Amino acid sequence: MEINYWNKDVETASREDIQAIQLSRLREVVDFALKTDHYKRLLPKAGINSSSDIQTLDDLKKIPFTMKDDLRQNYPTGLLALEFKDVVRMHSSSGTTGIPTVIYLSKDDLDSWTNLVARSIVATGGSSDDIFQNMMSYGLFTGGLGLHYGAERVGMMVIPIGGGNTGKQIQMMKDFQTTSLHITPSYLLHIHSKLAQSGVSLEELNLKRAFIGAEPHSEETRQKLEELFGIKCFNSYGLSEMNGPGVAFECEYRDGMHIWEDGFIPEIIDPETGEVLPDGELGELVLTNLTRKAMPILRYRTRDLAYLYDGVCRCGRQHRRLSRIKGRTDDMMIINGVNVFPSQIEEVIMRIPEVGTNYQIYLTKKGAIDQLTVKVELYSKIFSGEASQLDQIKKRIKEELRASIFIHPQVQLHEPGYLPVFEGKAIRVVDQRDQM
Amino acid sequence: MPKLLSVFIDNRPGRLESVTKILTEQNINIRAFTIQDRGDSGLMKMFVDKSEDAHLILADRGFACALKEVLVISVPDKPGNLHRLTAIMTENSVNIADVFGFILEPDQRGLCCMEIKEPISKSVRESLVESGFTILTDVDVNQL
Repeated sequence: MEINYWNKDVETASREDIQAIQLSRLREVVDFALKTDHYKRLLPKAGINSSSDIQTLDDLKKIPFTMKDDLRQNYPTGLLALEFKDVVRMHSSSGTTGIPTVIYLSKDDLDSWTNLVARSIVATGGSSDDIFQNMMSYGLFTGGLGLHYGAERVGMMVIPIGGGNTGKQIQMMKDFQTTSLHITPSYLLHIHSKLAQSGVSLEELNLKRAFIGAEPHSEETRQKLEELFGIKCFNSYGLSEMNGPGVAFECEYRDGMHIWEDGFIPEIIDPETGEVLPDGELGELVLTNLTRKAMPILRYRTRDLAYLYDGVCRCGRQHRRLSRIKGRTDDMMIINGVNVFPSQIEEVIMRIPEVGTNYQIYLTKKGAIDQLTVKVELYSKIFSGEASQLDQIKKRIKEELRASIFIHPQVQLHEPGYLPVFEGKAIRVVDQRDQM
Repeated sequence: MPKLLSVFIDNRPGRLESVTKILTEQNINIRAFTIQDRGDSGLMKMFVDKSEDAHLILADRGFACALKEVLVISVPDKPGNLHRLTAIMTENSVNIADVFGFILEPDQRGLCCMEIKEPISKSVRESLVESGFTILTDVDVNQL
């Protein structure tokens, strides 16, 4: 396979060279951090008064973690290192849970980000020959604009349609012979279910690849998507605190996401103790942004659970790989004392061909006992018409879930189209235990 | 054999209506129907005049539905006839997975519609005919 690179020197740099870049950039970014109200207060207490206090990469450990709550408390400008006149873009979280968080980018920051996204796209085999339909929302959310500018920089023809309006999405995919999509896995599954209704067949489309991200999903989901569409699906990882998409991306070998270590320092920690864990161990991902000057964020606790692994990839890149996100520290459900992640339930559902791809998890209480109810939809094309088939499907889901998560779930089988469809991030878990 | 159309619907207001609405729009005549209550959901089973068309249109609208061949037996509407029918099935170890029956008023016949796993053997057919029962074809059901 011919491997394409966007910036070959950096992408194929040796570990030593990558670490040298990291150290010099970390020192630079620490100096910018010391211009912000937040880090001005915090870093001197940790013994860091200037970049000269960072002599090796190991000195990173002296820097305290930055939490989501720090971003909220510093709203709107407590983490700003430059003046507004030097800022060219801001992004913000929806703030549905209270105070929003805000991110600032200077012209150079935007340029570094866009280059990382362009690098990610080229690593998947994307090029200026491609037609790119961007189905992520535009606006304050970083997902849409991040990929948009990266794809433009690569030279793709960009269709900035944003999320939703499935009929129109399908029409444009057909009319413009779209090759590449940026989309959430749940919406891509939904589009497949709507193809037949739109009177458009897969043969009339020219899809080659999809960049899937913004919500955790299982390997089973990826495989299902690849089979349904006959395309390659590339996992993408990013978060607005670290600019957005382009933090880690899968290359053409689709064997874990390369985390761009010239742009970020990744660490995996034990979420309870904060201790840094070795490669291969599952824990919370902590990221330091090495290029953003307008708003430096050091050792940010992402709350995403994953592990890092080394080893040269067949693509020649030595940037370590990030595992699939196994869940979020705050997504974890505790059901009758057992820790369960929604991804474990999704894995089971995706293995069962008789049910569709949409699902919801309900948590309720019966007396003191937690009850887990999994709602799924019957897959319309596999229904035999027999009541016994319905019983068998329910039984199989129950048994497989019990084997996987050690909990006896209730399973509700619904007709296709019953469960809500999410065009952005899917809401998979409804916890009603507090209301009971 | 006659074909029974099964449609899987949620057990909540409006779902049955969504099926009858589509069939009405397509000018499809429902000849007989029954609904099996399954708690959260239900299984609507019906004979319609254009079964293939009805199946296609419902599937196209996203319903989980299927067409299944079933055994439809016409029995004279007299005491003991259903028992005679089930006795023949028992003697031949035929398991009836699901069944529903209805009466046709004008000619005083009862119709018994049975879902069975395997097609019945020649000898079962003969026993049924000897007892005065008629096994209906697809065409027979449409002409009722």
